[in-house]
Amino acid sequence: MVLRIRLIKREQESAVARITVPVLSVISALLFGWLFLFIYGAEAGETYLKMYHGALGTSYAFSETLVKAIPLMLAGLAVSLAFRMKLWNIGAEGQLYMGAFAASGIALGWGNQPAWILITVMLLAGFIAGGLWGLITGVLRARWGVNETITTLLLNYVAILWVDSLVYGPWRDPQSLGFPLTPRFSMNAYLPTLGDSRVHIGLLIALLIAIIFYYLLNYTRWGYEMKVIGESHLAARYAGINVPRNIMLVMLISGGIAGIAGMIEVTGITHRLQSGISPGYGYTAIIVAWLGRLNPFAIIVVAFLMGALLVGGFAAQSSGIPFSIVLILQGSILFFLLAGEIFLKYRLKLSRRAAE
Amino acid sequence: MRVPIIEMTGIGKSFPGVIANEDITFKVYGGEIHALLGENGAGKSTLMSILAGLYRPDAGIIKVKGQMVQFHSPRHALASGVGMIYQHLRLVDNLTVAENIALGVSGQGFFLNRIEIEAASQKLSDQFGLDVNPRAKVSQLSLGEQQRVEILKMLYRGCDILILDEPTTVLTPRETRELFKVLRLMTQQGKAIILITHKLNEVKTIADSITVLRRGRVVGSASNQDLTEQDLTRMMVARAISPEKINRQRRQLGNPVLELKNLGVIGDQGHWAIQNASLTIGRGEIVAIAGVAGNGQRELIEAIAGLRPVKSGQITLAGEDISALDVRARLRRGINMVPENRLGMGLVPNLSIMENGILRNYHNKDFYHGIFFDYKRMRDYVNKLVEKYNVQLADINHPVNYLSGGNLQKLLLAREISQAPQVLLASYPVRGLDIASAEAVFTILQEEREKGTAILLVLEDLEDVFRLADRIAVMFNGQINAVLDVQNTDLEQIGSLMLGMSGEKVNGAENQVN
Repeated sequence: MVLRIRLIKREQESAVARITVPVLSVISALLFGWLFLFIYGAEAGETYLKMYHGALGTSYAFSETLVKAIPLMLAGLAVSLAFRMKLWNIGAEGQLYMGAFAASGIALGWGNQPAWILITVMLLAGFIAGGLWGLITGVLRARWGVNETITTLLLNYVAILWVDSLVYGPWRDPQSLGFPLTPRFSMNAYLPTLGDSRVHIGLLIALLIAIIFYYLLNYTRWGYEMKVIGESHLAARYAGINVPRNIMLVMLISGGIAGIAGMIEVTGITHRLQSGISPGYGYTAIIVAWLGRLNPFAIIVVAFLMGALLVGGFAAQSSGIPFSIVLILQGSILFFLLAGEIFLKYRLKLSRRAAE
Repeated sequence: MRVPIIEMTGIGKSFPGVIANEDITFKVYGGEIHALLGENGAGKSTLMSILAGLYRPDAGIIKVKGQMVQFHSPRHALASGVGMIYQHLRLVDNLTVAENIALGVSGQGFFLNRIEIEAASQKLSDQFGLDVNPRAKVSQLSLGEQQRVEILKMLYRGCDILILDEPTTVLTPRETRELFKVLRLMTQQGKAIILITHKLNEVKTIADSITVLRRGRVVGSASNQDLTEQDLTRMMVARAISPEKINRQRRQLGNPVLELKNLGVIGDQGHWAIQNASLTIGRGEIVAIAGVAGNGQRELIEAIAGLRPVKSGQITLAGEDISALDVRARLRRGINMVPENRLGMGLVPNLSIMENGILRNYHNKDFYHGIFFDYKRMRDYVNKLVEKYNVQLADINHPVNYLSGGNLQKLLLAREISQAPQVLLASYPVRGLDIASAEAVFTILQEEREKGTAILLVLEDLEDVFRLADRIAVMFNGQINAVLDVQNTDLEQIGSLMLGMSGEKVNGAENQVN
């Protein structure tokens, strides 16, 4: 007798599985990570507690988590828009850098303008720069069918290196002792914070965009058109929808919102442009959008959890766990969550069957 | 008596809602080219896919070289010497011919013995006159050469019975002649060839024996010299149609609504899919296009709907030149279309029934409240639609692919008709439907004619053509060969025209535009 395991497609996604699968995934990941912690000789339970405490345990920890979550929210929303149309924009990282670059240019050049004008212009500049960066890909894809995955990815390197070339070169602060940083922005270019935490109004912008997205996608003509295009270009053309124009528009907006994420990072947190302003927010955003199943509100929640994972990791690190172990934990949580996805669409069937 | 190399007896195969093969008996002898002839949807490909191990039959017995077999997979069939070459070639472009041949051959070590495979390929290539260089990259070969690589692949795997599915559709006339030479050489060395086709002239040129299928059954089987082209035509398309089923209504021809003047359209492969086609359709008239599938029907319908650019000539609607207008502008002027591709073009599979119900008029102001959707009105609209046209469904919010084939088609038709079209285009509106659904569709179309709509139908069954049409336009090789009044023609005439017998024999491949 042989025990056979088969995957059977579910007729409909099970509502129960939608809760149990992520929970079991996280538990599996913690058990998996425990294995590594055990080999390393660390106390797993204690480490996990420390991570939780460091990410969510105090109001300071909570606010730090939010700070990390904001760019993830924005970039996650950005890519989710493109993903809806099955446009694989993996260039949020580069679009974010371009947004940060443009916003910094404004802040450095016109820092003496009144705050509200300066911040509005910076927001627009961030949006436009990121948007144009996305639009390059959009035009190539819409007009000549160039694969957007490749162009967005490659443009990331261009954007990151462009910012590097500025902060190592003409924009470097003479007093920075050689560090790749621009001078600090004038206070007028600081994004207002909520209370006395480091959490800035970028959070409100992210929430606002999520709400706008929700209505845009579900209640407007354009959302409907995007849905149809995402399902079938043939059907879209048959419905009289201009597919190339929509591809360009979506890449513009997707890039633009990623650009805002960059703008918010420099005006809200670093208050200057510097090398490596994003520790890969644009890439993590892809996972955020995916785990959030492209639902704007779910993306907000997932981004928050990812922020917690990031900040919790720092906390564990400060108690002597090497950062590589922290990365293993983060990686395994993602791995199990993504791997668990399959059980939403399929269920296992065990059957006994005589060996042939 | 000789033993057949292939003997299929009592083969039956059905798919949900369609009987593809019924009680088929089919015999092929070694050393012969056997043509399997029939219209699209006659069941040729299904039968051969069963023989090649892709499908399992619901009923019947298959014997290969006298041995009973039950194939589980194409690989299994190949082990018995049965190989099939599909219409769409399955080669890896970036590999060489020899590498493609080696792909998937079992019993090799981890490393490819390139020299040995190349030598063996070269030998087979010479033996059968294939003229293929084993070292060439597949991406550099013409379609004809790629096809010969597929043949070589099969020969390398020890195939004795080779099935070719419509091999000449992608070939130029010259390549076709070369292919036939190869096939002849193969049969001289004892191999059996089965040729799936619907091209009569080719069958007459090359086949030793012929089996004709229609509607999943064998109509007849005989050797080539015992059959004339007329016999074959009759077997393929004709069937006794009871006279009362023919549309005998004398109708007064309404004013011309849609006019095509010397229309020229480019197909997906860059050749002229339609050339010099002219046709007029009047108010309250049904014109049916008769023709073997792939002769330009799809491109014609798409060109009229605005989905395919008009390269030459003109389309006018009530006197207005609409050749350059886009889909939306033509929709506004009342050109509606039921495409052949129902799920994927006509309807979006994963969207709800409601969302599909407004696919073609979602921009209508009635569905909005400011810039936001008014879901209630939208729901009311689609609910009325499905009620009026009796679409059976559980919930309007379910994805549309929960619906059965008949209900999908009713929804599609309902959506198009309720926009009050001037011109209704419909491709294969009853394909795959059960009798009751097909009747419902016919009734809807007839009612629409009474309302004065000009209707252009593409139909595959000539019985349906005669029943519905006021006039019949016959398409062959991208041209409208003839437009005949239904009262002044008969099945035999239409059948011959469809097969291009009285028209000139132009092969579409000769008109390549580059």
